[in-house]
Amino acid sequence: MSKTFSIGGIHPDDCKFSKDYPIENFPIPKRVFISMNQHLGMPAVPVVKKGDAVKVGQLIAEPAGFVSAPIHASVSGTVSDVAPYPDFLGKKVLTIVIDTAGDQWEEGIDCSPGVRHEITVTPEEIFKKISASGIVGLGGASFPTHVKLTPLEGMKPEYLILNGAECEPYLTSDYRLMIEHGQEVLIGGELMRRALGEDVNGIIGIEDNKPRAIKLMRELTSKSLQWKVVPLKKRYPQGGEKQLIDALLRRRVASFALPISTGAIVQNVGTAFAVYEAVQKNKPLISKVLTVSSSDLSVQKNYRFRVGTPIADILSLAGAMGKDGNLSPQFAKVVNGGPMMGKPVSNLEAPVMKSTSGLLLFTEEETKRKEPGECIRCARCFEACPMRLQPYLLYQLALAGRTRELEENRVFDCIECGCCLYTCPAHLPLLDQIRLARNASLKNKRKK
Amino acid sequence: MDKLLVSPAPHLHSKENTRRIMRDMIIALMPSVLVSVYFAGLSALLVIVVSVAGCVLIEHLIVRYLMKKKTTVHDLSAVVTGLILAANLPVSSPWWMVLIGCVASIGIAKMTFGGLGHNLFNPALVGRVFLLISFPVQMTNWSLSNSIFRPDTWEFSKGLLGAQGQLLDAASGATPLGIIKEGLANGLTMETLSQQHDFSYWQMLFGHIDGSLGEASALAVLLGFAYLLVRKVIKPLIPVTILVTVALFSGILWLMDPSMNADPLFHLLAGGLLPGAVFMATDYTTSPMSPLGMLIYGVGIGVMTMIIRVWGVYPEGVSFAILFMNALTPLLNKIKPIPYRKEVSLG
Repeated sequence: MSKTFSIGGIHPDDCKFSKDYPIENFPIPKRVFISMNQHLGMPAVPVVKKGDAVKVGQLIAEPAGFVSAPIHASVSGTVSDVAPYPDFLGKKVLTIVIDTAGDQWEEGIDCSPGVRHEITVTPEEIFKKISASGIVGLGGASFPTHVKLTPLEGMKPEYLILNGAECEPYLTSDYRLMIEHGQEVLIGGELMRRALGEDVNGIIGIEDNKPRAIKLMRELTSKSLQWKVVPLKKRYPQGGEKQLIDALLRRRVASFALPISTGAIVQNVGTAFAVYEAVQKNKPLISKVLTVSSSDLSVQKNYRFRVGTPIADILSLAGAMGKDGNLSPQFAKVVNGGPMMGKPVSNLEAPVMKSTSGLLLFTEEETKRKEPGECIRCARCFEACPMRLQPYLLYQLALAGRTRELEENRVFDCIECGCCLYTCPAHLPLLDQIRLARNASLKNKRKK
Repeated sequence: MDKLLVSPAPHLHSKENTRRIMRDMIIALMPSVLVSVYFAGLSALLVIVVSVAGCVLIEHLIVRYLMKKKTTVHDLSAVVTGLILAANLPVSSPWWMVLIGCVASIGIAKMTFGGLGHNLFNPALVGRVFLLISFPVQMTNWSLSNSIFRPDTWEFSKGLLGAQGQLLDAASGATPLGIIKEGLANGLTMETLSQQHDFSYWQMLFGHIDGSLGEASALAVLLGFAYLLVRKVIKPLIPVTILVTVALFSGILWLMDPSMNADPLFHLLAGGLLPGAVFMATDYTTSPMSPLGMLIYGVGIGVMTMIIRVWGVYPEGVSFAILFMNALTPLLNKIKPIPYRKEVSLG
């Protein structure tokens, strides 16, 4: 029996068209654009300047505090600029531009293909290595991993959950990673488990639309006493941190509390793979797997890309761009991430980031918002909300700007999963308004 | 490049829309419509056509010429109101009365409050009660004699009704609930009443014409209910709560004194309870949105229905009960859902 979270949720078609496309190494681009905002928290501070020669894996930016992460060169070559460049949303962020020359790696990085099983490092060394390798949560939130693994006073980790749910439709990068590099993922998980404590239990949660991954990970953990694999129902947002903890442990995270308050730490399987590479191979986080997909079956890929590769390069090789250098005319929208929570790309020249899990292409018909009608009070949004909020009410309060009532109705519990907007038969922009009101309210709070 | 759409997440939407929901409602009402036409012939069809056309036309005229907005009739909600209003009228309703009902439903109950999603009361039931108060004679005339088309001109319905000898009963102009109300008030007991009148539960289940159009067949209503559940248009909570409440309420009375009270099955099958519970009490806009609210609302409708049926002036109380609970819905919607987790961390 597959487990699942207890409140709300929706069942969109999973559209995993790219699941049988093996991970290909994306060719090294001529030039990379590495933004200093690869993680949540303070942007990193460049330690290279224009004209410097760099090697793959070389540190090019240092963390600007504890909640921050270092950044490493993803290609070898010359730094051609350190200046603000527009990111995929069109917002200017400090970026290091490297013109590629060859593929020279820093010394000490193990590029051999073999899997290194034996763990020879202490928990402290694992923690240090994760911190120094610039690893961030690769499930999409890009929160620095070392921060999440740092023990907090009075909160003892009991469970480490590896998130292989991949509940967003279309995305298959975690799936491919599990079936092609299951051993490495598991070793990465074991490294994090040891960093947290010997008595911590490991759980791998995988949605049951990925039977191959469940079977393989079960085989790999069959002799382990510390790890188990738990199948999860195909239901969105199964991979949400709070939903996953609820599904696997039947514990609920309180408002404003960290997940660790329930004794659980959730890490994405992609993050586990990055931890494996960092600790066992001495390789910092400079590449990641992403899915390029659309309902047009000719554009389906899973690529391992170097951080900073321009989006246009990836879409072009995947077959989504015309000869004129423009997006194929049938596509109207490019999404960075999954269709439910990903962000719309407005600038195709911008680069992919450490946490980019997918570049999805949608036609106008698939994605264009319909003309909103009137709320008929069907309560579908309430039934779909996995945090048991009343989206129809929050929407009205947001439109009216009633901040205090929004907070009384737990607007800060919203995880922005998009279930309400997805399900609304009147096509009301429920989440849009809730998000706006919440951000405004947060800004006000910071001012105070 | 400048043509990229950049609306925020989510980037996909379910295929659900208001029109689709209304279309499902129409499909769910079809068994009841067909059964009433089968039994009462073109008279029933006339009432239905006038009611639907009237509701759609009045909404169109109000939106287009009074509110000066783009017409909203394509959302099909006026068609649903028209069908439900027709289901609440006797076969013998004159066309002008049906039209007045449309004005009360759409013009007063729906559009005055701002149209779809804004009305406090179920529009079709406002139409019915308006007519019931204004035209009590026409609204309780269950005979077919003054309708344009008599069912006995239709061989198939004549055969069916004639064989069971129900045409006479139908023409006598009383519903089972009415017979009981009057009989008990005149000092008769249930026993003598059921000897004088043959209350066939089979007929109530499969089809009869002594009542409003939508009351013709309990089975047709249940068929529509099943369709709505399969299509996930409604949840079973409200109808089931109403039916269970009525069954319990009437069951207790019946156990206390079977000679003066009809049994629970009679109360479940008679009158407008089933169509009311399935098609009218479940109206999204006028019913509560949270499970606890739905539960209280359902119990309220069940209790009010029984109070009116047993102690009220009218033999039937479903429409009053639903309207009464409609009025309480805004209050019931103030009930906060149980939060995801009660504690709020200050960390």
